[in-house]
This record gives sequence, structure tokens and C-alpha cells, in this order.
Amino acid sequence: MDTPIIEFERVSKIYQGGAGPVTALHDVTLRIAAGEFIALIGPSGCGKSTLMRLIGDLEQPSNGTVRIKAKTPDQARRDRDYGIVFQSPVLYDWRTIRKNVELPLEIMGRPKEQRHQRAMELLKLVGLGDFGEAYPHQLSGGMQQRASIARALSFAPSILLMDEPFGALDEITRERLQLELLSIWWEAEPRPTVIFVTHSIPEAVFLADRVVVMSPRPGRVQRVVEVNLARPRAFETREDPQFFALVTEVRECLRATETAG
Amino acid sequence: MLPVIGIVTALLLIWEGSKLLFGISDQRLPHLGDIVATMFTRTQGGNGPLLLVQMLINAWATLRIAMGGFFIGGLLGFGLALLFMRMPILERGLMPYVIGSQTVPILAIAPMVVVSLGRMGAEPWIAKIFVAAYLTFFPVTIGMLRGLRSASPQSLDLMRSYAASSLQTFWKLRLPASLPYLFASLKIAASASVIGAIVAELPSGSSEGIGVMILNAAQFYNSRPPALYLAILVAGLIGVVFYGLVALAERLIVKR
Ligand SMILES: Nc1ncnc2c1ncn2[C@@H]1O[C@H](COP(=O)(O)OP(=O)(O)OP(=O)(O)O)[C@@H](O)[C@H]1O
Ligand SMILES: [Mg+2]
Repeated sequence: MDTPIIEFERVSKIYQGGAGPVTALHDVTLRIAAGEFIALIGPSGCGKSTLMRLIGDLEQPSNGTVRIKAKTPDQARRDRDYGIVFQSPVLYDWRTIRKNVELPLEIMGRPKEQRHQRAMELLKLVGLGDFGEAYPHQLSGGMQQRASIARALSFAPSILLMDEPFGALDEITRERLQLELLSIWWEAEPRPTVIFVTHSIPEAVFLADRVVVMSPRPGRVQRVVEVNLARPRAFETREDPQFFALVTEVRECLRATETAG
Repeated sequence: MLPVIGIVTALLLIWEGSKLLFGISDQRLPHLGDIVATMFTRTQGGNGPLLLVQMLINAWATLRIAMGGFFIGGLLGFGLALLFMRMPILERGLMPYVIGSQTVPILAIAPMVVVSLGRMGAEPWIAKIFVAAYLTFFPVTIGMLRGLRSASPQSLDLMRSYAASSLQTFWKLRLPASLPYLFASLKIAASASVIGAIVAELPSGSSEGIGVMILNAAQFYNSRPPALYLAILVAGLIGVVFYGLVALAERLIVKR
């Protein structure tokens, strides 16, 4: 692999909670290349969010080192390398949709004209061109999540951290958004590296270049499944026998972690 | 408008109905018609302005004091909330005194404040504003502090990921997120400041204010019961008006 953009070297994370210490991650070593689409999957509580938060400098490792573009995560955060999307849209409800998308640019001190133009461009990209002046509560859950993706993309970060972004959506909206996300990612120049946390096996296989399967308590990387499905992927990809084979492989892998743990 | 009319009619029926049903004398509970009639009697033995006009002039004096106290107490509460948010140690140290200050009955404190500030040569309105502010700062401190802490952890995570400064986080997240809480406490503070202003008028020496009207009417209750009821209604009206002003400001400021 050429120089990794994200590097985990024997990383552990222990939370000091009220009910005693919890080992959320144990001895994780992982290398992710620039432009890769990585899916993280594993049973609830296995440390997927923790892993993502360690990359994004929202948590600090207890042991080991995390390097982002050969920098510390703290430095990478100051360089605005991260765009984050959570399971809930976390839009600021006193701002219009357009103003929400402009928020990161506002904080980064971009001029007003440029902000406005960039926000409208992104809203069109995610299919919300007509909803810039609406308030978040006027949009459906799927539309709100689109807006939150537009916000994360607004400053063209090199790493996208997505924690179950489609977890709260219905199956139909979900599959549509998966395709949209893939095409946005595929066409972006330069192409961002995506860390995508999910509970859905088909979603992980459909989206990712590699699926990182994690085992529960303490969380470790159980296996990494390479997904060699052709890109750009399309609706038909989900009907490809190779797709089914990979879904089965990941499922078996997850079952193995259950019985082992 | 229809519900308002409905409620007013219901109150009318209950008022007059219970007089009829329980045989309450006019001395203890005057007819509503008599209360309305006193509004239009002339004061000062027939040469002064209408009683209603006199009441409203005095109500305005009280509202002015209440607004002054509301403003100063509001600023103090806002400042304390900011301080407590930045320094939780101070919150733990000072909060018991803040709470204690509100547990002492205002009726006991008000005369003390009025008398001692008067001895120090301060104008009477200063003592009244002080008492109104005293009742105002507490709900604002509590509401604002709750509001400043209402931003969700994830919305704060986002700010962190943009490498926002703490000042930017304050202006673009914490403050706007706090506004609904701030206005809820300002509404409580609005009525509290009116109570403070009235209570501060009660110790002898005040020349104007609805508190003085209430005292006067109480003194002559035996000869003229409706006047006291009128004074009390007008006092209630001051609170309603002030509350309405704050609610209007909220509608104009809080967008969503
Ligand atoms: N701030 C925290 N303080 C204490 N313990 C925590 C904290 N955050 C997470 N944990 C614990 O660490 C473990 C891993 O949590 P994490 O949120 O990373 O799991 P997850 O894989 O994202 O789960 P899910 O799929 O349910 O989102 C859990 O046992 C959790 O209880
Ligand atoms: Mg999680």
C-alpha cells in the first residue's frame, strides 16, 4: 500500500466510566490509503464509534499512536481535514438549511459570496436546491441527512467520518442515498477518504473498498474483507452473485466473532 | 379571540353565580358591575381625574420600576450564568448563596432595603429597582445556565471538528441554543419584577405606584370595597402586559 493517510499503531482505548474502566478498543493496527472507502462493521458496543472518534480527535487513545497524513489527529483537525456526519443530522434548528451548510465556511472565515455560492452548489448536488431557505424542521429525515452531508462536504475535507449516517432512514431512502453518496465521492476531485460506520452488511459491501469487521468487547479488528466489485457501482451491483458471496463472507465473519467472543 | 370571550364569560358567571349561590355579601365580594362603575368615579372628592386614569398612571409608575429592575437583574443573571459556565468551581461555591438569597421572604427584605438605602441618601426609586432586580436575577441565572449547556454533545463535536474558537462556539452555537431557555426564564422574571416593584412600594413613604393604590384602597375598604378589587385587577394587568412584551420579543428574535 502507498503511504497511508490514516495509520493506527497498536491503539487501545479505555474509558474511565462511573462503573469502572471499559476497554472499548484493544490493540488495533490499521492502515487506510488516501481515497479509500472503508466500512466499519461489528456488533453494538464493539468500538466502531470510538475508532471513528479517535481518527477525528474527538477522543484520545489510551495506548498506541494514531497518525493522520503523518500528523497528529489534533493537527489534522486544526488543518480542517475532517468532515463528520452523525446518525442524527445535528442541524442547528435556528439556521436555514443553506446557513447550516455555510456554517463551517463561516467559521473558517470564507467571504460571504463564496460561502453562499458553495452552499447552493452542494445543496443542488444532494438534491436540495429548492430548500436552501427552509428550516430543518420543515424537511424529512432523509432530506435533513442530505443537508448534513452537504455541510460535511462544504469545505472539501480530505477525510469523511460517517457514523451510521443512514441508520435512521427507511430502506428505500437508504438505498437511494447510498448511490448518491457513492457518486458524489467518486466524482469528487480529489476523492476523499471515507470511514463509514454501519450495522448493515449489504450496505457495507455495497459501498466499501474494504470492510473492517470488528469483534466485541474488547473491540479489535477481526478481519478485513476486500470488496472487489467493479466501480462505479450501480443499482444492479446489488444483484451481482459476487455481491451475495461477499455479503455471506462478511456475515460468516461476524458470526465467528459472536461465537468466539 | 373566541376562547378569550369564552373564558371571560365563564369568569363572569362563576363570580356572580357564587355570590348568588352562597349569598356572599357585597361587602365581601362586590358585583362586577360595581367594580366597573368605580373606574369612572372621580377622585379627590369629585375634582380629580377618573379613578381608572389614576390607577393606570400609577400602574405605569410601577411598570417603569419593574422594567428597570428586570433589565438590571437580567444583566446580572446573564453575567452570573456566563461566569458559572466558564468556571464550574464558582458555581459550586456561589450557587448556595444565590439560592439562599431567594429563600429569604422578599416581604422581610424589602423594607430593610428601602430604609437603609434611604438613610444612605439614595432616591426612593433606586431601592425599588433594587428589590425588583433582586427577584429577577435568579430565574435568569438558572434558565440561562441551563440554556448555555443545552447544546448537544454532537453539535459541540461538530464545532470542534471545524476547529472553531471558543468565542465562535459561543456565538454560533451556545448562545442561539440557549435562547428558548433564556426567554422562558425572562417570562418568569417579568412577573417577578412586577411583584418586586409592588412590594417595594408598600413600606410607607412611597407616593406613587400601584402598591400605594392597593394600600389606600385597603384602608378605605369598609366604605368602598370595589376600589381594592380594581387596584388588584390593575396590578395583575401590569404583569400580563409585561409578560406579553417579553413574549413578543421572543417571537421576533427566536427563529425556527
Ligand atoms: N464516553 C464514554 N464513556 C464511557 N464508556 C464509553 C464512552 N463511549 C463509549 N463507551 C463504551 O465503549 C464501548 C464502545 O462504544 P462505541 O460507542 O464505540 O461502540 P459502537 O460500536 O459504536 O456501538 P454502536 O454500534 O451501538 O454504536 C461501549 O461498551 C461503550 O459503553
Ligand atoms: Mg456507535
